[in-house]
Amino acid sequence: MNFLHQALAYIFTAANWGGKAGLAARILEHLQYTAVAVVVSALIAIPVGLLIGHTGRGTFLVVTGVNALRALPTLGVLLLGVLLWGLGLLPPTVALMLLGIPPLLAGTYAGIANVDPKVVDAARSMGMTETQVLTRVEVPNALPLILGGLRTATLQIVATATVAAYASLGGLGRYLIDGIKIRQFHIALVGALLVTVLALVLDGMLALAVWASVPGAGRLRRMPQPLLDDEVDLEARPPASQMGPTSRPGYERGDPSLTVDG
Amino acid sequence: MNYLLTHLDKAWALTIIHLRLSLIPVVLGLVIAVPLGAYVWRSTALRRLTTVTASIIFTIPSLALFVVLPLIIPTRILDEANVIVALTLYTTALLVRAVPEALDNVPGQVRDAATAVGYTRLAQMLKVELPLSIPVLIAGLRVVAVTNISMVSVGSVIGIGGLGTWFTEGYQADKSDQIVAGIIAIFLLAIVVDVLIMLAGRAITPWARTKAAS
Repeated sequence: MNFLHQALAYIFTAANWGGKAGLAARILEHLQYTAVAVVVSALIAIPVGLLIGHTGRGTFLVVTGVNALRALPTLGVLLLGVLLWGLGLLPPTVALMLLGIPPLLAGTYAGIANVDPKVVDAARSMGMTETQVLTRVEVPNALPLILGGLRTATLQIVATATVAAYASLGGLGRYLIDGIKIRQFHIALVGALLVTVLALVLDGMLALAVWASVPGAGRLRRMPQPLLDDEVDLEARPPASQMGPTSRPGYERGDPSLTVDG
Repeated sequence: MNYLLTHLDKAWALTIIHLRLSLIPVVLGLVIAVPLGAYVWRSTALRRLTTVTASIIFTIPSLALFVVLPLIIPTRILDEANVIVALTLYTTALLVRAVPEALDNVPGQVRDAATAVGYTRLAQMLKVELPLSIPVLIAGLRVVAVTNISMVSVGSVIGIGGLGTWFTEGYQADKSDQIVAGIIAIFLLAIVVDVLIMLAGRAITPWARTKAAS
């Protein structure tokens, strides 16, 4: 327990928080790597997932792609990237995308593909165009699974962004990896504890987002900044009381995306 | 690629370590998670408690857990046992949530039929409900096995053995071919393990094939 005391003492010393290599700067760096990687992953995975989920074509591509990306080792890609492209944001972003794309792609695809076909047909028969069907019916219904994918992606990325430090980059991995290297285990523990706290906080926030996005519960409507157009919101779904056990049978919210595995 | 072909002996030795570190936890996790998941399935409170605990465990970053574990259990820092315990925790955390969900999906008629022909609760669980949840378990196992293989390679930054050491060595010696060799070796390893688990799943669920054929 000695290491733990030393680590906590380190964290609760104000002097360790300031400066260019202080805890605050390292946390910001860590969040920066995470945010960039999550955003780039989402920009790639969500459109592809929407397209494949909506058209139903290329399902095989999702399953194979997800499995292949998962099998590629993050650390190897990161270090190879640094050797090839030099230091900077590019190598960690590419390496962390390997972790971010699979859950986002699987979540988006599964979310869209699992929307009740009756609901989609009803939307079409009301004269909605394909784009409207996608954006006003399928996406709102798939939102919990898409955000679930985002949650898993963020979690994996924030946890693994630690390895960026091995390639002479910053982030909380600096404490963890340097601490082991110089045999100052309480420093390593500082990194480990802070990464864990960061992961728990981000995960909690995203869990809340998933919870709020469940369709039919009207949770988004009460929020100050609705993600959906209010008008569509009212048109697209009946009041919660009439919804009953409709939209998604057998679906549990807040689950990691194991979904696409053939 | 050349590096891999000229260092096959070394690659094989590292593969054995890598497999030991990543797959022993899969087996241990399965052995813990199936009975636990089946046990908590009937009780809403226990099930909720298990799910919450599992989610929290799953949220702890693996690299952090490798470092923190020696404080909690009597192992030395950088001991292989830490990796095995940590990955067993993750495997259990993931599977223990999948088991009750799989059991939920066993059709009611099947369950009633089993009761009607006189299965006891335990026999019904062992002979009817658990076998029917194999496909879900297999899907979970595939994800866990591939994730573990990847996590062990990340562990090389804090001195854990396995094929990941080719990344750290190659990086320090500025040898990109060694890193490429490591990526290929780990990729192949993950794909082979993934396919083997899938095939094993098919082999033990012959009824699934008959259904697909008819």
